[in-house]
Amino acid sequence: MGVEARKPPPQLALKLRRALGGKAGWNGVAVQLVFGAVLAWIAYEIISNARTNLESQHIAAGFGFLRNSASFDVNQTLIPYSGSDTYFRVFIVGVLNTLLVSVVGIFFATVIGFIVALCRLSPNWLVSRVGGLYVEAIRNLPLLFQILFWYLAVLAALPAPRQSVSVLGAFFLNNRGVIVPSPLAQPGLVPFLAMLALGVVASLALRSYARRALFDQGRAIQIWPYVLALLVGLPLVTTLVFGLPVTFEFPQLKGFNFAGGARIIPEFVALTVGLSTYTAAFIAEIVRAGILSVHKGQMEAGSSLGLSRGATLRLIVVPQAMRVIVPPLTNQYLNLTKNSSLAVAIGYPDLVSVFAGTALSQTGQAIEIIAMTMGVYLLTSLVTSAVMSVYGWRISRSLGA
Amino acid sequence: MKRVTLALTLALAAGLSAQAADAQTLKTIKDRGMLSCGVSQGLPGFSSPDDKGNWTGIDVDVCRAIAAVVLNDPTKIKFVPLSAKDRFTALQSGEIDVLSRNTTWTVSRDTSLGANFTGVTYYDGQGFMVKKSLKVNSALELNSASVCVQTGTTTELNLADYFKANNMKYEVIAFGTIDEAVKAYESGRCDVFTDDSSGLYASRLKLTNPADHVVLPEIISKEPLGPMVRHGDDQWFDIVKWTLFAMVTAEELGITQKNVDEMAKSDKPELKRVLGTDGNLGEQLGLTKDWVIRIVKAVGNYGESFDRNVGAGSPLKISRGINSLWTKGGLQYSPPIR
Repeated sequence: MGVEARKPPPQLALKLRRALGGKAGWNGVAVQLVFGAVLAWIAYEIISNARTNLESQHIAAGFGFLRNSASFDVNQTLIPYSGSDTYFRVFIVGVLNTLLVSVVGIFFATVIGFIVALCRLSPNWLVSRVGGLYVEAIRNLPLLFQILFWYLAVLAALPAPRQSVSVLGAFFLNNRGVIVPSPLAQPGLVPFLAMLALGVVASLALRSYARRALFDQGRAIQIWPYVLALLVGLPLVTTLVFGLPVTFEFPQLKGFNFAGGARIIPEFVALTVGLSTYTAAFIAEIVRAGILSVHKGQMEAGSSLGLSRGATLRLIVVPQAMRVIVPPLTNQYLNLTKNSSLAVAIGYPDLVSVFAGTALSQTGQAIEIIAMTMGVYLLTSLVTSAVMSVYGWRISRSLGA
Repeated sequence: MKRVTLALTLALAAGLSAQAADAQTLKTIKDRGMLSCGVSQGLPGFSSPDDKGNWTGIDVDVCRAIAAVVLNDPTKIKFVPLSAKDRFTALQSGEIDVLSRNTTWTVSRDTSLGANFTGVTYYDGQGFMVKKSLKVNSALELNSASVCVQTGTTTELNLADYFKANNMKYEVIAFGTIDEAVKAYESGRCDVFTDDSSGLYASRLKLTNPADHVVLPEIISKEPLGPMVRHGDDQWFDIVKWTLFAMVTAEELGITQKNVDEMAKSDKPELKRVLGTDGNLGEQLGLTKDWVIRIVKAVGNYGESFDRNVGAGSPLKISRGINSLWTKGGLQYSPPIR
């Protein structure tokens, strides 16, 4: 980097010739420009033709419909929503539901994937075969089938609301989902959160101080008593001073369903379980390949230093394997996000279901709605991809140093 | 399902950009030798395939009648099964020539979709079905219930209106197809399944124990179901519209599948006009003189079609009710064929 910066900057025209024309020089640039112009012309023709024809057939067009009231309901919303809200709000509700299932799914898929990979690599015969069986069984069955299985099989096994399985009279499990007490904010919440945040920041600072002390001066500092005091003691004191941060509203059976409390709907559970177990099978293979790509001498070196197998994996092998794991892992994350659109089969209100489904057929504006939906998936995928690239770049940098 | 929507949308975008509004549906169908008819994915009584792939139902009869007048063969039809949310896109993109799929006529659909309703094949209304064991007798007792519904329907909107108007809370679970919604209802995910009441009776037949379920008495909406065609081809609009009216007229005049040949020999001026032995009304529509004869031979008059598919002669056993002829206190009425 430093070396390049000292070169004289090449002239703009030459740079352009090099970028567009390559070896063909200015002729190449001309060809590229013509090609670009033709593409632009085709795009223009498609758009203007579609516009004219939509008008001549009196099909509503444009994005004005987003301001109209949607007048249908959605059963899981992360933001307040009612039937009198607009289609734009439906769009946001759908995006958030898609993101929720993707993020939760990615988290569990990664955790399960790593565990299964370590099982497969385990020297224990039984454990490694169980890991192998998991991977082969899960990744060879169609995903839609698995999601339907989780939904219908699990639903059928659960009791009706009046016969709910109850834990301590506060948590209930039935075929309407998992119902838990919902927290209600109290005046003590703000100082509580502030102190908690302070505790986290202080603990992180302490940790980095301790690491520097260890690496620079070889001093090992035990920080866990301080961390404990910061994370538990500080909020506890705040609670004593300002009162409880939250109280809980307990669910109660009223009519057909439980009133009060918060509910995790079975569609969400089935979709998350389906997506994360399925993707985990692929992640397991990626992680296994990554770990095997690290020379086995590293493992032996670790054990010759007296480290346990777990510590060797954690401190030596996995960090080196990450460089190989991250790019295909990104692919799996993107797949999971895109596969979440299978939600429509089990009635989970994701973006495709509520926006490209219900909103589309209520307004009939297929082109606009499908374009917006594709835009969201594209953007989500690009952002995921960018985050993972940065992560991958940091790993290679730390290994290269 | 998503792929179907996407494919249809692409077809719509491509179709719209490639050609101007196609005003020659009749010619296109004749050249193709096949009518492309959009139907449901399986709603007994309206449009559903049997185990040999033969489609039957009152909506299917409309398709057959159109194929009979246009191609002189009620079997030359390509049935395109469509989910509720794909149906309009399929019509807009030209994938189908006519949508005959228990679709409710509303002003927004008539104006913003680039399509027109041609009439009413069945006057329906939305109802609720619940398990008998819940001991619910009225829809007004459904506060806090979970409701299964097919997405992309007027049903979904009426549901929201009804619960809001009656100050009741509910949870909606919307599924892509009617079968998925019924399956979830049967598995206990919902307390209530809602649909047009004819659809409720049809879906109840598919349940393991139909007798354990009851349709509540409330009808919460008007659902006039009818066929749709694209904007921009008035001739085709007229053909589809008058095919339906011809079925009703045939019933008014007592023309049936059995007696149609005899009726054609009649001297009564009205029968001669309708059955084409006098005048050229069929040709004015772009069809042949014997168009009504073809329709009646193919599917019978409106009453015959109703009885065979949803009425007394079918497993659904729905009474004629408001779908009786206007002369018998119902709403079915045809403008005069003259």
